[in-house]
Amino acid sequence: MIQINNLHVSIEGKEILKGLNLTINKGEVHAIMGPNGTGKSTLGNVLSGKDGYTISEGTVLFEGIDLLELEPEERAQMGLFLAFQYPVEIPGVSNANFLKASINEIRKSKDLAPISATDFLKLMREKMELVEMKKDFISRSVNVGFSGGEKKRNEILQMAMLDPKLAILDETDSGLDIDALRIVANGVNKLRTEENAFIIITHYQRLLDHIVPDFVHVMYDGKIVKSGDKSLALELEEKGYDWIKDEVEAV
Amino acid sequence: MSDQNQILEDLTSSDYKYGFVTDIEQEFAPKGLTEDIIRFISAKKEEPEWMLEWRLKAFKEWLKMPEPQWSNVTFPKIDFQDIIYYAAPVQKIELNSLDEVDPEILKTLQKLGISIDEQKRLTGVAMDIVMDSVSVKTTFQTSLKEKGIIFCSISDAIKDHPDLVKKYMGSVVPVKDNYYAALNSAVFSDGSFCYIPKGVRCPMELSTYFRINAAGTGQFERTLLIADDDSYVSYLEGCTAPMRDENQLHAAVVELVAMDRAEIKYSTVQNWYPGNKEGVGGVYNFVTKRGFCKGDSSKISWTQVETGSAITWKYPSCILAGDNSIGEFYSVAVTNNFQQADTGTKMIHIGKNTKSRIVSKGISAGKSQNNYRGLVKVHKKADNARNFSQCDSLLMGDKCGAHTFPYLEVNNRSAQVEHEATTSKISEDILFYCKQRGIEEEQAVAMIVNGFCKEVMDNLPMEFAVEARKLLAISLEGSVG
Repeated sequence: MIQINNLHVSIEGKEILKGLNLTINKGEVHAIMGPNGTGKSTLGNVLSGKDGYTISEGTVLFEGIDLLELEPEERAQMGLFLAFQYPVEIPGVSNANFLKASINEIRKSKDLAPISATDFLKLMREKMELVEMKKDFISRSVNVGFSGGEKKRNEILQMAMLDPKLAILDETDSGLDIDALRIVANGVNKLRTEENAFIIITHYQRLLDHIVPDFVHVMYDGKIVKSGDKSLALELEEKGYDWIKDEVEAV
Repeated sequence: MSDQNQILEDLTSSDYKYGFVTDIEQEFAPKGLTEDIIRFISAKKEEPEWMLEWRLKAFKEWLKMPEPQWSNVTFPKIDFQDIIYYAAPVQKIELNSLDEVDPEILKTLQKLGISIDEQKRLTGVAMDIVMDSVSVKTTFQTSLKEKGIIFCSISDAIKDHPDLVKKYMGSVVPVKDNYYAALNSAVFSDGSFCYIPKGVRCPMELSTYFRINAAGTGQFERTLLIADDDSYVSYLEGCTAPMRDENQLHAAVVELVAMDRAEIKYSTVQNWYPGNKEGVGGVYNFVTKRGFCKGDSSKISWTQVETGSAITWKYPSCILAGDNSIGEFYSVAVTNNFQQADTGTKMIHIGKNTKSRIVSKGISAGKSQNNYRGLVKVHKKADNARNFSQCDSLLMGDKCGAHTFPYLEVNNRSAQVEHEATTSKISEDILFYCKQRGIEEEQAVAMIVNGFCKEVMDNLPMEFAVEARKLLAISLEGSVG
C-alpha cells in the first residue's frame, strides 16, 4: 500500500522528520504513538500534501506511485484520506453539498459519472447511522457550531462516505468523551477490510482498546524508534515514554 | 501562499463569457445632450406633451447640478456630450408571438441562457425584455390583465395610464434627487411599469432582462412599480452586457411604492460587462433605486447579486414611512480585476415600529475595490425602530480591498440598532481541507464563496438563484470558479 523510505522533512528550516521508514500493507492497522512534538502530525500532513513542508530526502510510494509528486487533491482522489486533528468550519456549505462535491470529484478522476441524488442520500443516511449522526446533520454547514466530538465524528463519516484505501487518523481520539470514542472506534472497525489500511496517530492506549492495531510504532525525534504489536501500546501506557527516550539516547 | 495567489490569478484571468454583439439594425439619435435631443427622444416615443415638459424640467435641473465626488471610486470624467442617448432596435410594430421577434435578438437571449420559451413554459415568468432601449416583447400580458395587473413598458404606461405615471413617477426619487437621477429623468429611454391592484397577489414572478447592446449608447432605464393595499409582487431584474472597449454609462432609476400591507420583493442579478483584465472598458452603473413603504405594515425587500460593471454605484433604499413597515436589503457584490463597487443601502425609519434588516456580502478578487456604504437613519418620531445590519467581506488574494462605511443617525431613544461586520480571507487551511477531500482549488473556492453568500442567495426566487450561482461561478471562474 505505502512505502515510506528515509523521509526527511523540515519546516521553516527546522528538521522535523529525520529519516522515517514505514511500510504498510493492505489490511493492516498501524498505530503511531509518541510524545508531543516528535513529528506525528507532520507525517500525516506531508503524506496528504499540505503546503509549507520541505522534503529534503526520502521517497514515498503509494500504490507504486511517487506520492510526493502529486497534488493534495490527486492524492485524495487516489484514495488517501486524512482525518484532521482540527477539522475546519465552512460556513454556508452543507455537509451534503460538501460530501457530494467530494464524491463527485473523486468519481470524475476515475471517469465515472456523478452520483445520483437518490444514491447519494441513501449512502449518506447509511453512513450517518454508522457514526450516530442526527438527521439534521445533512443540511447543517460543515463543522459550523459542531462540538469537538461532532467534528471528529464528521471526519469518520466523511471517511466512510469516501471509502479510502489508506486513512490517516490524526489524533481523532483527542478531546473525545467515552461515548464519542466508542462511536469513532466502531466506525473505523466497521470500515476495516482486507483491502484498506489505517494509520492511527494517537497519544493514548484507550483508543487502541477499541481499535486493535496490527502494529504499534513509537516515534521519537522524527523517527520510528520502536515497533511492536498491540502489547507495546499497553507497555507505553504503563511505563510512559521516558524509557523509550532513555533507550534511544543510550544508543 | 504565493502558490495560492498564482492560482487565484489564473482563476481570475478568464475572459468575460457574455461578450458578443448582436448584429441587428439600430436606430440612433445623434451623439450629445441638448434640449433638441430630449425633444427627439420624446417625439420618437410619441410621448404626450406633459412628459416632454417633465423631461425638459429635469434637464434644466441637471445642468445646474455638480457631478457627485463622494463615493470611493475613481474613473475618468465622463463626457456627457459623447454619449448617444437613444438607440432602438428597428422592429416592426406589435408582435403577437415570439416568431415575429428578430431572430438575432432571440439568438442573443439564447446565448445568455435565457430561452424565453422555456422560461415561459417551465417557470411561468412573464418577461418584458428590454433590448437597448425599447421593449421588444411582453409576454403573459393577458393572464396578468385578468387580475387587473398592469405590466408593460414605461413608454406604454405613459400613453395608456398617464394618471398613475403622473402621480407616482418622481414621487420616490425626485428629479432633483441626485445628478444621475436628474439625467435619467431627462433622457430615460424605456423600462418597466407595474401596478398591482388592491388585494391582488401577483401569480408569477415578473421579470425583465436588460442589455446594453448598441456601441457607445448610454442606457437610461426607468422602472416604476406600485403595489396597492394588501397586494404582493415579486419582481426580477437581470442583466448581462456584451463586450465593449469604451465605457458605457448606465444610469437607471427604479421607484417602488408599497401601500398599506403591500409587499414588494425586488431581486436583481447584475452582470454588465466589467471591463477586461487590464481594466479597459466596462459599464459604469450609476443607479438610483428606492422603495417607499408608504402604507402601514408594508414591506419592501431588495435582493441583489452584483457581479458586473467596471464601476457600480448603487444604494437600493427603503423609506419606512408607514407604521410597522419593514425594509430589507440582501446583497452580494463581487468585484474582480479592476472593478470598483460602492454599494449598500439606506434605511430611513420614519413610521413607528419600523424594522429594517441589512445583509451585505462583499467579495473582492484581483485588484478590485469593494465598498459597502450604508445609512440607517431613525427619525425623531420613529418610536421603537429596529435595525440589524450585517456586513461581511471576503478577500481573495492580497491585491484587492474591502471597505465598510456604515453611517448611523439615530434621533429617537427607543431605537435599537445593531451592526456586525467581519472581514475574512479564504484560508489555506480551508482550501487544504477541501483538497484533501479531492476537491480542486477552483471548485473549492466556488463552493466556499457560495457558502459565504448563502443567506442572500436563499432570498432569491428559486430559478433566479440557480442563475445567480452560475453567474457567481462565471465571474469567479473568472474569480471564484
